[in-house]
Amino acid sequence: MSVTTSTVLAAGGQLLLLLGMLAAVHAPLGAYLARVYSSPRHTRFERGWYRAVRVDPDAEQHWRTYLLSVLGFSLASVLLLFALGRLQQHLPWTLGFTGLDPAGAWNTAVSFTTNTNWQWYSGESAAGHLLQMAGLAVQNFVSAAVGMSVAIALVRGFARSGTDARLGNFWTDLTRSVVRVLLPISVVAALVLIANGVIQNLDPHTAVATLEGGTQHVLGGPVASQEAIKELGTNGGGFFNANSAHPFENPNPWTNLLEIFLILLIPTALPRAFGIMVGDRRQGWAILGAMVGLLLVAVALTTWAELAGPGTAPQLAGAAAEGKETRFGLAGSALFGAATTGTSTGAVNAMHDSFTAPGGGVVLFDMLLGEIAPGGVGAGLYGMLVLAIVAVFVAGLMVGRTPEYLGKKIGIQEMTLVALYVLTTPAIVLIGTAVAVSVEPGLAGVQEDGPHGLSEVLYAFASAGNNNGSAFGGLTSGTPFYNTMLGLAMLAGRFVPIALVLALAGRLASQRTVPASAGTLPTHQPLFVGLVGTVALVVVGLTFVPVLSLGPVAESLS
Amino acid sequence: MTSTTVPPLTGPTPPSPDSGDAPRPPRDARPVRAGRALTWAQVRAALPGALRGMDPRSLWRTPVLLVVELGAAATTVLAVAEPSVFAWLVTAWLWATVWFAALAESIAEARGRAQASSLRATQQQTTARKVLAPQDTLDTGTGLAALPTAEVPSADLCVGDVVVVAAGETIPGDGDVIEGVASVDESAITGESAPVIRESGGDRCAVTGGTVVLSDQVVVRITTPPGHTFVDRMIALVEGSERRRTPNEVALNLLLTSLTAVFVLAVATLQPFAAYSGSRQDVLVLVALLVCLIPTTIGALLSAIGIAGMDRLVQRNVLAMSGRAVEAAGDVDVLLLDKTGTITYGNRRAAAVLPVDGVADAELASAARLASLADETPEGRSIVELVDARLQDTAALPAGAELVPFTAQSRMSGVDLPGGPDGLAIHRIRKGAASAVRRWSHSTGARLTEAQAARLADHVDVVSRTGGTPLVVAEQVGDGPARVLGVVQLKDVVKQGIRARFDELRAMGIRTVMVTGDNAVTARAIGDEAGVDEVLAEATPEDKLALIRREQEGGRLVAMAGDGTNDAPALAQSDVGVAMASGTSAAKEAGNMVDLDSDPTKLIEIVEIGKQLLITRGALTTFSVANDVAKYFAILPAMFSGLFPGLAVLNVMGLSSPQSAIVSAVVFNALIILVLVPLALRGVRYRPASASALLRRNLLVYGVGGLVAPFVGIKLIDLVVSLIPGL
Repeated sequence: MSVTTSTVLAAGGQLLLLLGMLAAVHAPLGAYLARVYSSPRHTRFERGWYRAVRVDPDAEQHWRTYLLSVLGFSLASVLLLFALGRLQQHLPWTLGFTGLDPAGAWNTAVSFTTNTNWQWYSGESAAGHLLQMAGLAVQNFVSAAVGMSVAIALVRGFARSGTDARLGNFWTDLTRSVVRVLLPISVVAALVLIANGVIQNLDPHTAVATLEGGTQHVLGGPVASQEAIKELGTNGGGFFNANSAHPFENPNPWTNLLEIFLILLIPTALPRAFGIMVGDRRQGWAILGAMVGLLLVAVALTTWAELAGPGTAPQLAGAAAEGKETRFGLAGSALFGAATTGTSTGAVNAMHDSFTAPGGGVVLFDMLLGEIAPGGVGAGLYGMLVLAIVAVFVAGLMVGRTPEYLGKKIGIQEMTLVALYVLTTPAIVLIGTAVAVSVEPGLAGVQEDGPHGLSEVLYAFASAGNNNGSAFGGLTSGTPFYNTMLGLAMLAGRFVPIALVLALAGRLASQRTVPASAGTLPTHQPLFVGLVGTVALVVVGLTFVPVLSLGPVAESLS
Repeated sequence: MTSTTVPPLTGPTPPSPDSGDAPRPPRDARPVRAGRALTWAQVRAALPGALRGMDPRSLWRTPVLLVVELGAAATTVLAVAEPSVFAWLVTAWLWATVWFAALAESIAEARGRAQASSLRATQQQTTARKVLAPQDTLDTGTGLAALPTAEVPSADLCVGDVVVVAAGETIPGDGDVIEGVASVDESAITGESAPVIRESGGDRCAVTGGTVVLSDQVVVRITTPPGHTFVDRMIALVEGSERRRTPNEVALNLLLTSLTAVFVLAVATLQPFAAYSGSRQDVLVLVALLVCLIPTTIGALLSAIGIAGMDRLVQRNVLAMSGRAVEAAGDVDVLLLDKTGTITYGNRRAAAVLPVDGVADAELASAARLASLADETPEGRSIVELVDARLQDTAALPAGAELVPFTAQSRMSGVDLPGGPDGLAIHRIRKGAASAVRRWSHSTGARLTEAQAARLADHVDVVSRTGGTPLVVAEQVGDGPARVLGVVQLKDVVKQGIRARFDELRAMGIRTVMVTGDNAVTARAIGDEAGVDEVLAEATPEDKLALIRREQEGGRLVAMAGDGTNDAPALAQSDVGVAMASGTSAAKEAGNMVDLDSDPTKLIEIVEIGKQLLITRGALTTFSVANDVAKYFAILPAMFSGLFPGLAVLNVMGLSSPQSAIVSAVVFNALIILVLVPLALRGVRYRPASASALLRRNLLVYGVGGLVAPFVGIKLIDLVVSLIPGL
């Protein structure tokens, strides 16, 4: 297949349009986010809500209390979702579906609470409207809000000086994230999606007779409302199994672009809010620069891989079109793939299993980076800030000072937390994958032999451990083994880093801020941006190169 | 405080030999500790220590190296079970890796020991003449030198004992002079051959054990128990036996440990992946891969870097009480420097002559010169030098000239010449403070014209405002009215090159504050001339302490140097407090470093050494991690290109065979430690520059260099290794 000038131009044009849209709203949204988390005032609705749930919204929480609030809230969410899934058949609006099996209910409960949205089931054949709306959609909002709250707590840690490790109030941050940020944008986005043809009703799935005499299921459901938050909250759990490849979720190239825009909207605006809150916007630019730099590299590589279509099958077929929607085109799928794995969204508009070997390798690597390009809502910001600390630690030494970032010394305790953070996800992914390819129940789910099969398993654990949720496809994951293992991976991959980040935030907030001087490592210059990106690539690269060389690399080079 | 008070204007001060306050000539040759290049003798001396360093019990604190040793042990078992050239080569080189790491530390320590032995030479058992008297007599009595004494071994002296040391005798321990004054040869400690004056009272009373009294006799109260003297502490420090790891070293070790853990995971899980892919790997090969990936280079050199950093300080005659202080020195934001002795030469020198109306330059100059010819104070000498350089007026004092010395009452000095210009009357010339000379000339009935008075006041004012001291010169012939001739400007002369140093410091982000007892106007003027950022004028010890606290409140780290007892609180409060060895014991106890040369300017060097230490750590860490890329390119194709032939394209170095590729990577990994030992000991090149410039340079050299170097190194080693038969 030849890559024609027009396809390249179309791919570039779509990317430019996307970047233009993001740039247009970046500054106002970033400033708005900073205000949301700094304002001392509560709206009337919020005051009523705080009274109802008996929370003092102005009580500052110590980092441990903040963490316990996060964990308690998330535990309650898991239990509620588990109950909704198990008891589905006894509840209204279930379209006659039975309850989920225990391993499946556990997996789904953990998956949506951790903002992963890994789906072992098909939405249209297992989840009723009530579970979708009251369970999954609600978690789409609050799990995103949890991520944003934790990120803001870390930002406050940098911004505050010499306090007693208090980081704000989790319940206030959670409420404001939902009420002031996620809900308003979702409503607007849902309306735009409806106007473009995404369905929004409470109809059951109806079987109709086709002209040819067969039967076809016409699906119904409150899709648009869930679609908007699915992308905006970098959740990714589709109403239907086909996810954003389904025409009722994502009808045309424009909604496709809108969905990518929604995915990247908050993750790219948060660095701005970070810059404003620490009192130096240039720091926000630097973090954003590292995020977008990595994202653009991923977009360029996937787009090249999918358009050029290396490999025997695509060459014979004339294009790497298998598993992709002609509505969006190859470049539309490549862009979506890079965006959804660069953030922790995991929605797909094409089957990543069908991506070319290098293209699939890139989206896999994107997740292994730890979801920082630009990462999930909140999680991307705190992940990148932790990597910035690693970069500062080594680079800071090279300018002849003990390392400091934003005026905070990176000492023994800070480094312990950062080192553990950096260790957590690789451990989950590598151990999980190693166990899965070593035991019978794990091998049973693998569709293909050889490097591609390894990629499938690695992809699943990378997706779960990094809370992405996208599936490579090919792997039969709806088994008790995978539901349990991936559930554990999601749980550990979400809350161990959160605990470490909040402990770090507490340490930073109690430290006195050191004023910058000409001898301080400047952390807003292009050199540092490049350094952070390199640290991300090298740390992840060195960790995963052996397994990648047996998976996508071996496949690409064969 | 003592060192900054303005000395009496023209008062005779005792001719000072090389006292602590006076500038020292720059010194470069140190016979004892010169030649810091790594020598074979040092390497040989380090060999036994290196074997001891391989003990797992001493390695457990460095997990990186412990992993290497465990790996080497594992491959040994495998090589014994299934011997092959390949297995034994890998095993031998893994053991070599551990040994090289232990050797690096041992060499650093051996260098220290070489220094220590030269120090220990000063510690020969000496006998002391201990004053036999009840304790309260020793504490408060006078004339102790006359009391009976007994000879005791110096090792038996206790704190509070009093000893008498006469010319030619060695001072038996650290202490304070409580009676007498003597010149002392401290070359054993400082390498400085010029003797120094030590006298009771004041800030030059401290003496160090092992130094020799050259003249006179002093009574010394011992302040440090034997075994804990400066020399003992220096020996312990340079030998590294008292070394505790510094906070940054611990933090870096944490990062290295976590990297090690990541690689252990990556390699341990590689076996299941390889098994899945259908090609189980030799444990031997996996161990080799692991050892190549974990940051062995920096892990091996980390403690050598720390020891060498201390060593560099000791070479500059600075004794740091803890490694923490050396690290803090790199972080210093504010430098408190005393004006006198640090920024200026400390003695005022004549800079210009400013006559009043109606007096010629030459007339004023030659009068000032005559008045100063017999004046041996630095100020007096400087006037003569100034005039001689300008006038070629080399007339000697006429016979019968009488020196009028400075007194606190008259506040003037001068000369009475017989015979005056007309050959009859006495010709009196006086120089002194403006008010004193004016009073004297008034008393002779002199009247200045209005223009002259205005001009004089103008000169005095200008000189004071620019940081100088105006010295008014007047003459009287016979009993007639005196005539005011003009003003000699005495200036505190700023040391050459100090401004450039401050500019460098500013580029490094360090603010300099000049501390002086001078008034604000004078202080500002000198401060501007020297280019300091801030001036603390009319400073009391309390002001100094308050300034340090204020800076620390703002999160800044403060360094200062001091010598007096009243400096002790400020030294204790500052983050890096450098006490002068000539200073009081109180000051030395309060500071966290002692400068044996008593040169306050050395603060700047200390900061640079601290920075160099941190940069060396960062640079070698970067280098070590960057090396991994090439090692992957060597080992992964070697492991898997049999299984997936496509992976052979990753063998970009074109290594001859899978086995030789693995051996080459392991050999490179071991040899690079040895190659970098000299760099670790010397420290990477450091030139003061802004943080961005430093980062750019070091990233380029050690980051990019670390990426490229192993490709070349492994390829070259492979060319040799591939010749080994049986591989």
